[in-house]
Amino acid sequence: MSAPVPNRPLPPVKRRNAELVMTLMAIGLTLFAMIEAGLTRNGEMPPSLFLYGALFGGLAILAHVFIRFFAPWSDPLLLPIGTLLNGLGLAMLWRLFEATGDTSNGSAMSQLILTAASMAVFAGIIFFLKEPRILQRYPYITALSAVFLLLLPLIPGLGMTINGARQWVNLGFTSLQPSEFAKIALVIFLSGYMVSKRDVLSLAGKQVKIGRFKVLALPRMRDMAPMALMWGFCIIVLVILMNDLGTSLLLFGTFLAMIYVATHRSSWIAIGLVAFFGACALLYPFVSHFRVRMVTWLDAFNPEVYCTDQFLNDPNAFCTTSGTSQQLVKGLFALAQGGLTGAGLGGGQPGYVPEVQNDFIFTAFGEELGLTGLMVMLLALALLVERGMRIALAAKELFIKMFASGISFLIAFQTFVVIGGVTRVIPMTGATIPFVAKGGSALLSSWIMLALLMRMSNNARKPAPQSIQDEGATQVISR
Amino acid sequence: MNKPIRRLAFFAMALFGVLLVNVSYIQVFQAESLREHPFNNRQYANQLTQPRGPILVGSEEVAFSEPLGEEEDDKYQRKYPAGGLYAHLVGTFPVRGEGIETRQNALLEGSDERLVVRNFIDSLTGKEHQGASVELTLSAKAQEAAQAAFEELGKNGAAVALDPETGAVLASYSNPTFDPNAVSSVTDAEAANTAWTDYEADENKPLLNRALNERYPPGSTFKLVTAAAALENGATPESTMDAPATLDLGVPLPNAWGGPCNGGDPDTLAHSIERSCNTSFANWAIELGADKMTEQAEKFGFNGEEMAIPLPVTGSLYPTEDDRNTLGRSGIGQANVEATPLQMAMVAAGIANDGDVMKPYLVESVKDSDLSEIEGHTPETLSTAVSAKSAEDLTQMMIGVTEGAEASGPGGAIPGMQVAGKTGTAETASGPTHNWFVSFAPADDPQVAVAVVVEHGGGSGGTLAAPIAKRIMEAVIDQ
Repeated sequence: MSAPVPNRPLPPVKRRNAELVMTLMAIGLTLFAMIEAGLTRNGEMPPSLFLYGALFGGLAILAHVFIRFFAPWSDPLLLPIGTLLNGLGLAMLWRLFEATGDTSNGSAMSQLILTAASMAVFAGIIFFLKEPRILQRYPYITALSAVFLLLLPLIPGLGMTINGARQWVNLGFTSLQPSEFAKIALVIFLSGYMVSKRDVLSLAGKQVKIGRFKVLALPRMRDMAPMALMWGFCIIVLVILMNDLGTSLLLFGTFLAMIYVATHRSSWIAIGLVAFFGACALLYPFVSHFRVRMVTWLDAFNPEVYCTDQFLNDPNAFCTTSGTSQQLVKGLFALAQGGLTGAGLGGGQPGYVPEVQNDFIFTAFGEELGLTGLMVMLLALALLVERGMRIALAAKELFIKMFASGISFLIAFQTFVVIGGVTRVIPMTGATIPFVAKGGSALLSSWIMLALLMRMSNNARKPAPQSIQDEGATQVISR
Repeated sequence: MNKPIRRLAFFAMALFGVLLVNVSYIQVFQAESLREHPFNNRQYANQLTQPRGPILVGSEEVAFSEPLGEEEDDKYQRKYPAGGLYAHLVGTFPVRGEGIETRQNALLEGSDERLVVRNFIDSLTGKEHQGASVELTLSAKAQEAAQAAFEELGKNGAAVALDPETGAVLASYSNPTFDPNAVSSVTDAEAANTAWTDYEADENKPLLNRALNERYPPGSTFKLVTAAAALENGATPESTMDAPATLDLGVPLPNAWGGPCNGGDPDTLAHSIERSCNTSFANWAIELGADKMTEQAEKFGFNGEEMAIPLPVTGSLYPTEDDRNTLGRSGIGQANVEATPLQMAMVAAGIANDGDVMKPYLVESVKDSDLSEIEGHTPETLSTAVSAKSAEDLTQMMIGVTEGAEASGPGGAIPGMQVAGKTGTAETASGPTHNWFVSFAPADDPQVAVAVVVEHGGGSGGTLAAPIAKRIMEAVIDQ
């Protein structure tokens, strides 16, 4: 008789060496991208290649070594993906600014410094936040700080309006986009709140039936308060007062996803979608930037939307007065130009798209790296999201499940909102591609999210301490 | 809680799926139509930073590119030293409207496939990318003569001169003209746009190339076609036809001077041409019949396919008339007959070239930057309009127009040389008459065939248009 096979999971593995190899590859890709851009664009190696290699590569390797010590059980894919996306963004910014000799609108060097700062915060969070569940303790303080951060740009003298959206805070030496951090605070709050109110939100209510079939389980009116608050905030403050459709869409979408995860009740999603789009439809006639965005999206190729001067009938003429869809349409032209394989870094004309360094950096990748490059970028982001979802599945505590899935969905939805806007799947709203886009706030919040995911994955994957004698007499309670 | 998390993970995947599918659609399936979209002026944006081949008349560069700076990214400014002289033919760059700049764009900018190999070799040897040069068939002197004559006269109109033997366009001038330098500034695109709008709004239509693209009733110059039809159908210059003072064509048709053409007797074909008799030619058209008239007109190029020389030429019209009265009027170039100045020049050139109408062309040759010929021109016969005998008879009759006792166009005569001509004064529905003169010289060895129209001149072809034709013919023959 053979001994029965013990029904035990495979022993957990750290796979830190795999992480190191992949991180090195991400660094290599970044430097190779810069070399290609430099050679193609200017016929010479990037003069500061060594500096970038030492700083960016050194920091990423440092982060890896740090993880070996302080989060050895964390998911080995997260850091390489973050490094790759950050590095690609860095290389593209270098190609857009340093390689063309025009650093008036930004530079890869400042992005590199911001990367260093972000990685430091990343390390700090992993080091100090040993147990992410402590964040559960102060849901209302987190909520207040999220609201405070979101409202910060409305303070006169402090807030700044850039490209029509009032979502910036001027700190004198630099500007911040507090909504980037507010969204993380919001996910923390929602995780804590929904875990505690989960039963009420998911069970109380009445069934809506058609004949014998259960159609919807509607929640009670009084449990609607968080939904109503969230809705009101997103619509009134973000859309009407700040013209920040991107953040509004992002926060409300994440809210719906999290309430669904908490309650497993699709009626919440139905109610939320009806309320949100209903409000949008009602506001449509009154809020002009709303209409502008819709027209820009649906009618982008209408000559009057594309260009508001009189040379519309002449295809080859200049357009002196850009219409609202100019950026979108030129972005599509850039993608079309790139085709399957792209012009190669440095070989295209990304500057043809206005403000290409911000949301539309995606089109610069599309033009120079082609569909192939975009697929790599999208799949890297998708992989990041799915690893995050795995952390949520593997976690043992409800709060961590909520938190990890919330953060992961935030990354996914943010990617969808910005890239979908740029590629005309949805109206343009203005958001940043995680890790890739230019700007300190966006980069920092991306690395904060990555740090939170790593810490949670470390705790979820870490094997429970072995009991000294395997007799079942003594229960070892793992944290 | 794992089930909703799994579903959320699927949903996040689906979002990425949508992005991937959409990007693939844009970059692969939609790419070509986007690249060729009329708004897509990427290639023009690129063109501005590349030198462009010159356009030549003789050895003179009438359009050339001048660098605005030393840097690689600096733009080139297109210059047109002759101002408005060749404007309608050469066009403008950045391209607007018609012209060689538009039609031969690929050759001038060097993207034509015939230049691909050379461009590749140049890029290997580090030589600067260069476009081909386009040499026009024009005679600078003839073109200048046309412009000077029209400017002295101060009326709108057009003149075309052809080499009867080859069909080469020796002059093609449309008055008023425009300054291509004013609408092609790359440093001040807005001023260029304003200038273009002003030209577009100008009621004298300076942007219209009247020589190729405006149709006028040809009036009595069309009697050459009627006479050709008669000769081809058995008549001789001595054949007679009733030529009363007025002819009843629904509304009475008088002769220009009010009396009969030959004292009340039937008039010969030759004398009818010399005096430009209306009644006899209306009778000729009626006697020949609509089919024979249409056939003859079409042999000269009326009702033809749209030509490109390579500039597009508006087709001239001779509809088949069933009604006797209308048919009669069409025999003297009224009713529904409409001809471009180029068409009437082709009529004269066909007669001058022993009855063969040659295909008109504007581009003599296209040369690579190393002066090797890429494209030449071999003269082509468009059609044989009349027999050599009929052509000789017509020539003799046309000499009478400038030299005869009762000549209608002595203003076209050149001392020491026989000139064959025909006047025309076309009634218009609105305003004063259009005044025509078509001619060729020397009559025994034609070197140039001309058609001149003075728009709403209000005088006679002999007094207003013939002197202009004379100056152009002299300019060609003297050189």
